[in-house]
Amino acid sequence: MGLEYAAVVFTILFTIATSLPLGRYMARVFKGERSFLDPFLGPIERLVLRLSAVDPAESQDWKQYGRSLLVSNVFMWLATFAVVTLQKWLPLNPDAIANMEPTLAFNAISSFTTNTNLQHYSGETELSYLSQMIAITFLQFVTAATGVAACIAVIRGLGGNRLKQLGNFYVDLTRATVRVFLPLALLVGTLLISQGSPMTFEGAVKANTLEGQAQTIARGVVAPEVAIKQLGTNGGGYFGPNSTHPYENPTPISNFVETWSITIVPTAMVWTLGYMVGRRRLAVMVFVTMLAIYLPMVAFGVTQEAGGNPAIAAMGVDQSTGSMEGKEVRFGAALSALWGVTTTVTSNGSVNSMHDSWTPLGGLMPLVGMWLNNIFGGVGVGFINMLIFIIVAVFVAGMMIGRTPEFLGKKVEAREMKLASLALLWHPLSILVGTAIAAHVWSTTADPGTSLAWLKNPGPHGFSEMLYEFTSATANNGSGFEGLGDNTPFWNIGTGLAMLLGRYIPILAPLALVAALAAKPAAPETAGSLRAESATFGFTLWAVIVILGLLMFLPVAVLGPIAEHLALS
Amino acid sequence: MLTEVRRGVLFTLVTMILLGLGYHVVLWGIGRVLFPAQAEGSLLRRSDGSVIGSRLVAQSFTRPEYFHPRPSAVDYNAASTGGSNYGPSNPDHLKAVKGRLAAVTALEGVAPEQVPSEMVTASGGGLDPQIPKAAADLQAGRVARARGVPIGRVQDLIRSHTEAPAFGFLGRAGVNVLELNLALDASLGTASAGSR
Repeated sequence: MGLEYAAVVFTILFTIATSLPLGRYMARVFKGERSFLDPFLGPIERLVLRLSAVDPAESQDWKQYGRSLLVSNVFMWLATFAVVTLQKWLPLNPDAIANMEPTLAFNAISSFTTNTNLQHYSGETELSYLSQMIAITFLQFVTAATGVAACIAVIRGLGGNRLKQLGNFYVDLTRATVRVFLPLALLVGTLLISQGSPMTFEGAVKANTLEGQAQTIARGVVAPEVAIKQLGTNGGGYFGPNSTHPYENPTPISNFVETWSITIVPTAMVWTLGYMVGRRRLAVMVFVTMLAIYLPMVAFGVTQEAGGNPAIAAMGVDQSTGSMEGKEVRFGAALSALWGVTTTVTSNGSVNSMHDSWTPLGGLMPLVGMWLNNIFGGVGVGFINMLIFIIVAVFVAGMMIGRTPEFLGKKVEAREMKLASLALLWHPLSILVGTAIAAHVWSTTADPGTSLAWLKNPGPHGFSEMLYEFTSATANNGSGFEGLGDNTPFWNIGTGLAMLLGRYIPILAPLALVAALAAKPAAPETAGSLRAESATFGFTLWAVIVILGLLMFLPVAVLGPIAEHLALS
Repeated sequence: MLTEVRRGVLFTLVTMILLGLGYHVVLWGIGRVLFPAQAEGSLLRRSDGSVIGSRLVAQSFTRPEYFHPRPSAVDYNAASTGGSNYGPSNPDHLKAVKGRLAAVTALEGVAPEQVPSEMVTASGGGLDPQIPKAAADLQAGRVARARGVPIGRVQDLIRSHTEAPAFGFLGRAGVNVLELNLALDASLGTASAGSR
C-alpha cells in the first residue's frame, strides 16, 4: 500500500502545481489578452463567432447573458435529442444500433445538456458512433464551456461596478470551448490513444479466443470522448462501466492523466478568479478552504477502501490489497478511492471503480462530495456554488461581529440573501424530497422487488442506491450506485427534472445576485471591514460549509451508509 | 428574440461540426499516424490474421493449462460490459465470493488464506486484463502439472511478464493474463500438445 499512497499524494501535488499556470492562462483568455496559442486558436474562434452571427463587441447585462445561456442550451438540447432518437437512419452506425426510446432520450439528453452525464443507458449497446460524436462529445464540450462562461460572468460581476459589463455570453462560450477545452482535450486525447484507448471508425471486432470461444469486443471513437468527459467535469463514459473499462482507461499512466483531468480546470478556475478580480489572496483563501475539506475526505476514503471488506476477511481471504470488488488490478484500492472522492467533489461523475461496491463508509465520501458540490466543483459552477457559501459565511460573520455584512466592499442585504438561500436550499430540497418520493413508492408497492425491480441490494444499501441517484442528478454529477435499475419512466423523468432544475437555478440565481452586488456603490474598506482574505474568514467559511452543507443530510446518511456500516462490522 | 434564436441555432450547428466531426478527425489522424495498433484496440492476431483478442481485454480461460483471469460479472462479454454492483454487505455478493473461493481453493489445492482477494472479486468493467503476481504464482503449480513441465519454467515466465507500476510508483504491479498464456503456448508448446 505504501507505493499506492505515494501515488495518491503525487497526483494531488502535481494537480495543484499545474493549476496555477492554467488559471493564469484562463484569466488572460477571458480578459481578451494575447496568449501563445493565438496563431492556432484565434482564427478558429473568429470563424465560430462569425458563422454564428455573434457581434463580439456587444456587452450584456445579467438578464441578457442568462437568456443567451438558456436559449443556446435549448437548441443544443433539441438538436442532440433529434440525433439520438433518429440515429438508426443516420450514418456512422456500424453496429446497427436502434433509435433511443423517448423517455430514455429525455433523460440522456437532459443529463448531457446539464453537464451531469448520468447514464441510464450503456453506450456500447445504445448509441451509434455518430451519436457519441455529435451528440454526446459535442455536449461535453459546450456544456463545460457554458459552466465556465457563467462563472466568468459572475467573476466579472464581483469585480465590476456597472450593470452592463458581464461580458458577452457567446464570446465567453466560444473562448472556453476553443481556447481552453479544445487544446486540453487534444493533448489528453493523444496521450490516451498512446496508452491504448481506441479511436477507430470500424465496428466491434469478432475475436476467436485462445480457448476457441467467440468474443465480440466493442470499440469505436473512444479516446476523444474520454478526454473531454474528464476535462469538462462531464463524466459520461463511452462504455457502460466508464473508466473501469480497459479501453477507457488502459494503464496506470492513463489513470494518472484522467485523474489530473478531473480537477485541473476546476482548480485553475480559483486562480482565474484571483487574477481577474485582482485579489490573489482571496483566491488563496478559497483554495486552501477547499483543500481543507478535500484532503480529509481523500484520506478517509482511501483508508476505508484500503481496509478491505470485513465480511470477506471473515472468510479468511487476505484483504491487504483493499476492497477489490468493482476495482481494477492496474489501479488498486487507493487510486480508485482518490478518483472516487475527486470525481464527486467536482461534479465530474466518471468512475474507475464501482461505487456501489465500495465499503459503506468509503461510499459515504462520494455522497458527501456531491452534497457539498462546491469543493472545486463542476467547471465554473463549482466556484459559483462556493460563492453562495461565501455570501452566507459573510452574512453569518457579519451577524457575529454586529456589522452590516460586506463582501469586496459591497453590502450584502436582503435581496442577496434571498437569492443565495434559493440556490443553497434548492439542493437539499431536490435530493431529500426526490429520495423520499422514491422510498415512498418503493415501500407502498406490493412486492417491489419484482414489480419495480429497482434495487439490486437489500436493506440500508438499497436506500443508499436511491439516495445516491437523486444526489447525483441534483448535483449534476452523473456517477451512480449502478445497481439501481434506473431505466424506467419514474427514474428517467424524475432525475431528468432534478438535473434540469439543479443546473439552471444555481446558475441564474447567483448571476442575479452578483448583478445586484455590482449595482451597489463600493464602500471603502476600513479597519472594521470584514477581510475575506483572512485566515479567520477562511475558517468561518470552512465551518459554514461543513455545518450548513452537511447537517441537513445527516439523517439520510444514518439511514443508508452508516446503518450498513454498523451492520457489517 | 429573433437574434437570440438565430445565434442559438447557428452556434449549435457550427460547434457540432467543429467538435463532433473536426475534433474527432484530428485525433483519428493522430492515432493513425502515431499509434496505429493502439487506435484499433491493441488487437493480438494469429499468423493467419484472425484476431485472438485484445491485450487490454480479459477473455475467458477455464482449461487447467492456462492461467485464469479475475472473475467477471458479465462473463467476459466485451460487447456489454459491467461490474456486479453488489454492495459490500449483500448476501448474494458474499455467497458469490464464497463460491469462487471454494472453486479456487479446490482447483489450486490451497487454503483460503493463500487466495488473493482479486481472484474472488469481480472487476468494475468485467474485463480486467490483469491479475496480481501473487494470483499468478498461485496458479503456477497447476499450470505446470497440466503441461507436464517443471514449475520453474512457468515461474520464469510469470516473472518476465510482471509489469511494474509506471515510473516505479503509479498503479499496481500486475500480470497480463492473455499475454502470459500466449507466452506459455509459444515457449512450452501449444496447449493441445500439453498433457490433458
